[in-house]
Amino acid sequence: MRTHLQKRDSRSRRMTILVPVVSLLVSFLLGAIVLLLSKADPLVTYRAMLKGAFGSQTKLQYTIAKAVPLLLCGLAVGVAFRLKFWNIGAEGQYIAGVIGITWVMQFWTFLPVWLLLPIGMAVGVACGALWAAIPGVLKAQWSVDETLTTLMMNYIIIGYAEYLYINAWKAPRGNMGTILYPEAAWLPRIWGRVHAGIYFALALVVVLYFILYKTRWGFELNMIGKNRRAAQCQGVCIKRNIVLGMLLSGAIAGLAGAIDSAAVTHQLTKGVNSGYGFTGIIIAWMSGLNPFVSILVALIMAALETGSDALQILKLPSAMGEVMQGLILIPLLAGSVFIEYRLARSGTHTEATA
Amino acid sequence: MNALDFTTRLLAATLAMGTSLTYATLGEVYTEKSGVLNLGMEGTMLLGALAGFATAFKTGNLLLALIMAMAVGAALSLIHAFLCVTMRANQVVSGLAITMFGSGLANFLGQRLGPASNRYNLTGMNLSSKFSNIAIPYLCDIPIIGALFDVSILTYGLYVLVPFAWFFLYKTRHGMVIRAVGENPRTAAAMGISVSRVRYLYTLIGGMFAGLGGACLSLSFIPSWNDGMTGGKGWIVIALVIFSAWNPARVVIGTLVFGGITSLQFSIQAAGFKLMIPAQFLGFSPYLITLLVLTAMTIIAKKRKGSFASPSALGTAFAIDDK
Amino acid sequence: MIDITKNFPGVLANDRVSLTLHKGEVLALLGENGAGKSTLMNMLIGLYQPDSGTIFVNGVQRDIHSPQDSMALGIGMIHQEFMLVGNMSVAENIVLGMKDLPFIPPMAEIKKKITALSKRYGLQVYPDRIIRDLSVGEQQRVEILKLLYRGADILILDEPTAVLTPGESRDLNEILKRMLAEGKSAIFITHKMDEVMSFSHTVQVLRRGKSVAVKPTREIANVQELANMMVGRDILFSLDRGPYEPGPAMIEVDNLVMLPIGGGKPILDGVTFSVRSGEIFGIAGVAGNGQQQLTEAITGLLHVDGGSITLNGKNMTNKSPLAIIKGGVSHIPADRGRMGVVGDMSVGENLSMKKYRTAELSRKAVMQKSRIRRFAEDLIERFTIKTPSQDTSVKFLSGGNIQKTILAREIDFCRGILIAVYPSRGLDVGATEAVRQNLIKQRDNGSAVLLVSEELEELLMVADRIAVMFEGRIMDILEANKTGTEELGMLMAGVTREGR
Repeated sequence: MRTHLQKRDSRSRRMTILVPVVSLLVSFLLGAIVLLLSKADPLVTYRAMLKGAFGSQTKLQYTIAKAVPLLLCGLAVGVAFRLKFWNIGAEGQYIAGVIGITWVMQFWTFLPVWLLLPIGMAVGVACGALWAAIPGVLKAQWSVDETLTTLMMNYIIIGYAEYLYINAWKAPRGNMGTILYPEAAWLPRIWGRVHAGIYFALALVVVLYFILYKTRWGFELNMIGKNRRAAQCQGVCIKRNIVLGMLLSGAIAGLAGAIDSAAVTHQLTKGVNSGYGFTGIIIAWMSGLNPFVSILVALIMAALETGSDALQILKLPSAMGEVMQGLILIPLLAGSVFIEYRLARSGTHTEATA
Repeated sequence: MNALDFTTRLLAATLAMGTSLTYATLGEVYTEKSGVLNLGMEGTMLLGALAGFATAFKTGNLLLALIMAMAVGAALSLIHAFLCVTMRANQVVSGLAITMFGSGLANFLGQRLGPASNRYNLTGMNLSSKFSNIAIPYLCDIPIIGALFDVSILTYGLYVLVPFAWFFLYKTRHGMVIRAVGENPRTAAAMGISVSRVRYLYTLIGGMFAGLGGACLSLSFIPSWNDGMTGGKGWIVIALVIFSAWNPARVVIGTLVFGGITSLQFSIQAAGFKLMIPAQFLGFSPYLITLLVLTAMTIIAKKRKGSFASPSALGTAFAIDDK
Repeated sequence: MIDITKNFPGVLANDRVSLTLHKGEVLALLGENGAGKSTLMNMLIGLYQPDSGTIFVNGVQRDIHSPQDSMALGIGMIHQEFMLVGNMSVAENIVLGMKDLPFIPPMAEIKKKITALSKRYGLQVYPDRIIRDLSVGEQQRVEILKLLYRGADILILDEPTAVLTPGESRDLNEILKRMLAEGKSAIFITHKMDEVMSFSHTVQVLRRGKSVAVKPTREIANVQELANMMVGRDILFSLDRGPYEPGPAMIEVDNLVMLPIGGGKPILDGVTFSVRSGEIFGIAGVAGNGQQQLTEAITGLLHVDGGSITLNGKNMTNKSPLAIIKGGVSHIPADRGRMGVVGDMSVGENLSMKKYRTAELSRKAVMQKSRIRRFAEDLIERFTIKTPSQDTSVKFLSGGNIQKTILAREIDFCRGILIAVYPSRGLDVGATEAVRQNLIKQRDNGSAVLLVSEELEELLMVADRIAVMFEGRIMDILEANKTGTEELGMLMAGVTREGR
């Protein structure tokens, strides 16, 4: 009597909800094991992380503020994933957004100050879109594998950004970093540390939901992702949609970068490779490409990050947040199989009909 | 310094840099040949680097350090194999998860396994011994090529491993099995081969060599540990596998080119020449070149069918009862 | 095999089936798709285990748990989809996975053995060639050789002539005869009745999991008798059709040329024909002679290098699939899973894939969900698509119902031109009848129907005119009621009327 996996007749609804929840719990369990093995107290650590993320109003604001770029990156990657385009380059597209807005803030001095922010954001978005369009075109036109191209684009622009903030665009004072954006052009705060970027993020969630689930284009993107050949047979233009999809994906990631620097960092400097792009991949995958679920997942990821910042004070390793992020995906990946398959024993129900 | 000296030094530096890449690439070639895409290379190499350094730091035993690095690499890849082969998860996302987890864990342990005197941090610690170069007399004095005979034992190991890897894949029955599993798992299964077992085995072996490759980084030259010290090399490994058309023999060419470019930066600085291009540009040039060559190769492959063909079943899950 | 029973979730695949194979004979296992033939044989080679019943080999009771077990007993199977690894050589494929192969296989010796075996049985095979480069007939020979090399005495062949020309089928018959003379035996699974008559000594008919008849072939009067045994009722050998009154040409293909990417023989070599409204134009030929590429050229999926395609009077050469769809062309593609439907999307969504751009189902860029749902319900009813609901993913439907979904969508959309490629492949007789009747109905309504099929009997039954394609050229265009299997078969093999 062997236990093995057997295909279900239809997707299990129960599992679609149960699996993410259970895997989240499992990952915290696994994290606890990691902590125990490295002689740290898991309960203390988790409690510290919780407090660090939600403990006070300020901390809560920090977490929400952090969730904004994470959510945007998650949405960006989600759009690409819908096309089964593995956009690992959200990180680089985010940076392109920062470069774009910095360019405007620093050099477009011919503009009146109140225009700097909107134009800057627009340019940031455009830069992000363009940076994503390059691998998009490579894939559409010549079928160049996008996993590697988007990745390489990341490292290229990280290097270029470093050149900018250490060399070409460096502010005269200090070791590195461009000059700060003019204060009048900053993205304003609305509640403590939470800034206006949250409006953009939430609006985008609604807009994307509408586009992806209600429009003809969204339908076509879905078709391409699920069966490219069949989509082609129904007249859907694959090449154009891949490029358009990537433009949108990069634009959203660029927006994330523009918002984050207009509201938080106010300059281009070391640390611009924030990791949001990579975390965005986790968010996209965990939310099953549903924009509304992404909000929740982004909050969880943000909590992990702000929570682990708090660990440094306690002399606990701050890299715990990183570990947890990686750990969250693993049980989810393992558990997802139960949505399409069930456990069965040999001898009763065996392989599918011949 | 004259041109000959410079070239010799460049070759030496290239070999040193390329060793780490070559081990990991050979491992991933086998993994992918069996049909499993393991994007967890970056995380595995980093964790291997940490494991090697930490073990050498605590025990002073270099051999043990290598073994730990390999064991750790294999263990991490075991997770990937479990997710992809048994649980039929998406191989791209699984690999990314492994990279994130592996990198995170490596950085985490790097902040935990150090001595109390350094706030438990391993960064900034030194090792008592390292893999230094062993020169073969007479041979090492030949201009340029002499550099091949003045390398660490890790590199000497490659001189044996690379030909063996090629031979094993193309001339033995195990190699035949691997190739069949990666190309047409349904047929392999019908011939009585256990596709799962083969994929598990070679994913583990791939991870083992990735861990070893990582350890090469932290245990040679100036042994050290830094957060994220693999700096993206794991991704270059993935690209290198494609460049070598999944053929162990061609891996050498790719690693020489990449090791060369990476070490060009240091060699120029060491030789005292002024860098005409900003350092960062040279820094990201390997990635740019990867991008360009990848594009070129893909376009050429389209024109000449079958010349750089990947294993047909790469990245797909296989189960006997799937239709 | 005695009283074999096999259950799958929801289906009783084999219901107490007994089968006997004698040495030196060929047994044909006949039945519709889904009758349980493959399941039965898969148990003989150890891929499945019977729920109850026993298997005796050479008089000894055996439990066969794996393909290795069956091979050890001398039983081997050639599946419909060949079990060959494309990038390895013939020799490597033949010895792949053999138990007692040494660490470094002695390839020179192995190749010698292969060559000797191939001479003995008249199987022309070169051990060094890569499988990818071989023709389908050659690949089949490699498969046979693989079994013989491993010592098989009983060979099971699954639909062996599906991919062969009539000439190659005759060659296969010769090879089988030589093997029988050496004491081997064979079972072949088929749904083609003429194959049964020409190849086998005994026929066993399965219907819905039960064995309904076993008879020596020479005692069978004609194909009609076989058909009745298979289906249990009189199946139609001719279908009701309206008078043949073709109108103006809707599809005009003139001197179409398509070259392969890496150079070499043209895939399409000057193809010229036209299809008129109110007619079914059939294209016969063994798969792989350019038929699929021809239809993909017409539907805009492939690029042509020369010649022209005119649809409904407009030049549509090398236009996009979208333009051609907008021109009112419906397409039932060759590979329904890969080209016809998006498996992970629902039945309703798949049904709307032709019309979602039109005002009927969407307003500007927004899809009108309620209209789409009503549209889908209507189609499901009209075409009797069996599905739990319109929200079920299409991949969970049976092959026949998937094809019905495609049919429904394409026929509802059709505005004068319908292209059907291997539409009844893999369907049981009931579904096949439905497909053919729908094609005829469209034709009677005035559409121009282009039908590509591998089954000569289907073409002779349904088409008004038949063209035969061979190596990218049209050998001849004949009127269906004035030709027959012999003539078509010769043309399919490249033999023209002028001589060999």
